[in-house]
Amino acid sequence: MARFMEWVDARFPATKVWKEHMAEYYAPKNFNFWYYFGVLSMVVLVIQIVTGIFLTMHYKPDAATAFASVEYIMRDVPWGWFIRYMHSTGASMFFVVVYLHMFRALLYGSYRTPRELVWLIGMVIFVALMAEAFMGYLLPWGNMSYWGAQVIISLFGAIPVVGEGLAEWIRGDFVVSDATLNRFFAFHVILLPLLLVLLVYLHIVALHKVGSNNPDGVEIKKHKDASGKPLDGIPFHPYYTVKDTFGVMVFLVIYFGIVFFVPEFGGWFLERDNFAPADILQTPPHIVPLWYFTPFYSILRAVTWEWLPGGAKVWGVMAMGASIVMLFLLPWLDRARVRSIRYRGWMYKTALAIFVVSFVVLGYLGTKSPADVDLALFANVYWAQVCMILYFLFFLLMPWYTSKDPTKPEPDRVTSK
Amino acid sequence: MRKAIAAFMLLLTPVLAHGAPAGGGFDKANIDLSDTASLQRGARIFMNFCLSCHSASYMRYQRMAEDLSIDPAIVERDMMFATDKIGDLMTTTMPADDAQRWFGVAPPDLSLVARSRGEDYLYTYMRSFYLDESTPSGWNNTVFPNVAMPHAMYEWQGVQKAVFVTNERGNRQFEHFELVEPGARSPEEYDMAIRDLTNFMVYLAEPAKLERYTIGFWVIVFLLIMVGLTYALKKEFWRDVH
Repeated sequence: MARFMEWVDARFPATKVWKEHMAEYYAPKNFNFWYYFGVLSMVVLVIQIVTGIFLTMHYKPDAATAFASVEYIMRDVPWGWFIRYMHSTGASMFFVVVYLHMFRALLYGSYRTPRELVWLIGMVIFVALMAEAFMGYLLPWGNMSYWGAQVIISLFGAIPVVGEGLAEWIRGDFVVSDATLNRFFAFHVILLPLLLVLLVYLHIVALHKVGSNNPDGVEIKKHKDASGKPLDGIPFHPYYTVKDTFGVMVFLVIYFGIVFFVPEFGGWFLERDNFAPADILQTPPHIVPLWYFTPFYSILRAVTWEWLPGGAKVWGVMAMGASIVMLFLLPWLDRARVRSIRYRGWMYKTALAIFVVSFVVLGYLGTKSPADVDLALFANVYWAQVCMILYFLFFLLMPWYTSKDPTKPEPDRVTSK
Repeated sequence: MRKAIAAFMLLLTPVLAHGAPAGGGFDKANIDLSDTASLQRGARIFMNFCLSCHSASYMRYQRMAEDLSIDPAIVERDMMFATDKIGDLMTTTMPADDAQRWFGVAPPDLSLVARSRGEDYLYTYMRSFYLDESTPSGWNNTVFPNVAMPHAMYEWQGVQKAVFVTNERGNRQFEHFELVEPGARSPEEYDMAIRDLTNFMVYLAEPAKLERYTIGFWVIVFLLIMVGLTYALKKEFWRDVH
């Protein structure tokens, strides 16, 4: 074995890579609960790719047969229902773990210098993931698939001058049709998975260059022993590989619990309207995207001020775009002296709490009809406007409140758990 | 940190609670998929009453025979009216064009209707037909007003009349049904029959439902053991981290 590895290492840096990224990659020893979601995102990515490959073996990307082919998978393909539920549950769980992964960065300032590129690459992954999920959602060719795609693609039509042409170019037709289904299939199974895998690779390369942040937000590289190992670091393998294995098992209990017992998750993961085939003559009463898009969808619908130049729709589209662009800017908006929420003052803590509440409320309202009253006092659309403003204020006021925030002094070394 | 997680989960509760689509006042079907006899009775009703106009074109007769422990010979003799091959899908013999002409709309495929509409909807719908001279078929339905479908099972249920009252806002509101002509089944027997039918249609919408709970149970048991083992492994490896 040793001679074999010698032979390989003379031709390929196998041992070097193993050491640099696993056995001698030093990660802070004080990772907590929030640090499981990175590895869990990778697990879900693998699940999606593997189950996706099996689904393509029986799925037909053809408007006339797509819906029936999904039911064929659910009934006639041995274990087809299992693979399909793993994929549909995986889609939602991907967003669950990615949102928690991103929230971790907000808690501990993981996007701060020198980790800006880790954050930016991660944000590009998030956008690619949204595209991947959106296109995948059309493939079952259910009625909500169809009308969801119709609504979202028509948003591009709001762009002045080129909008209508652009929307037509995306659809390949004047309405969502067979041409749209075919190209979405191509993007969903080839372009975006390739892109996602590449981006995840870059995300980790960038992370391993600068090293992980930790719940205390202090650099472990400041204190090294004589041999150059960080005093507060432990080798990723075996410490974090065994710890993450445990985390993955806990995740799988939840994940397979959903797959086997509640795959529709009360209409949140698989919507009722999507068990009816796409019908161009039958618009569902409420067209709503799946839950992971609803916060942004809410922002889109919250802009109802028709007096704005060009009409409300185009501003709604811009607000939705801006709500994602804001996240990209985080590393430069945050001016605090400390990274971790543990040492931040009341201002950031309050702002973050308001942000989380407004994000969740936006998500909830995105599943409801804007004119209804589902919260209190006034119609959903007004609550969405309030939450949208709070959402943007979190970012726009950040340079101010983070620099004024009465922070506590950071410790020199990481604190044990 | 625990507090933060707890607070986060608390934030999600209203969202989770509102996840279920509005069930809007339907009677509870209370079906039981483990009741094979009920599924068999439901299958018979479905074949006799529903499949002459509707299709269930994602489902095969043979699969049903296997899943519901019905002798294939009985299926071939008593249940297959549209085909001779037991491996075939449950299509209908009624041409879609004719159906369109007769009813104004082709009867929808019923394979997935229990998933798109819900079991309580089906259970209530099949018990809510009433006589209404103003509609082309002479029937109407309180769950699906002005539905094109006539009451396929009136011989069993009998003929109902709907009693409406005018509420304080001046809107006509459905109050209750009156059985004006008894059918071949008593109201209790008819409700049971529709419950069996609903049970079958829930199965029809997702045959895998019969097995996935059982498999899922053992998967979770296995994973819980793995959680325990990997936790012990982690503890052991982390002994020297202080």
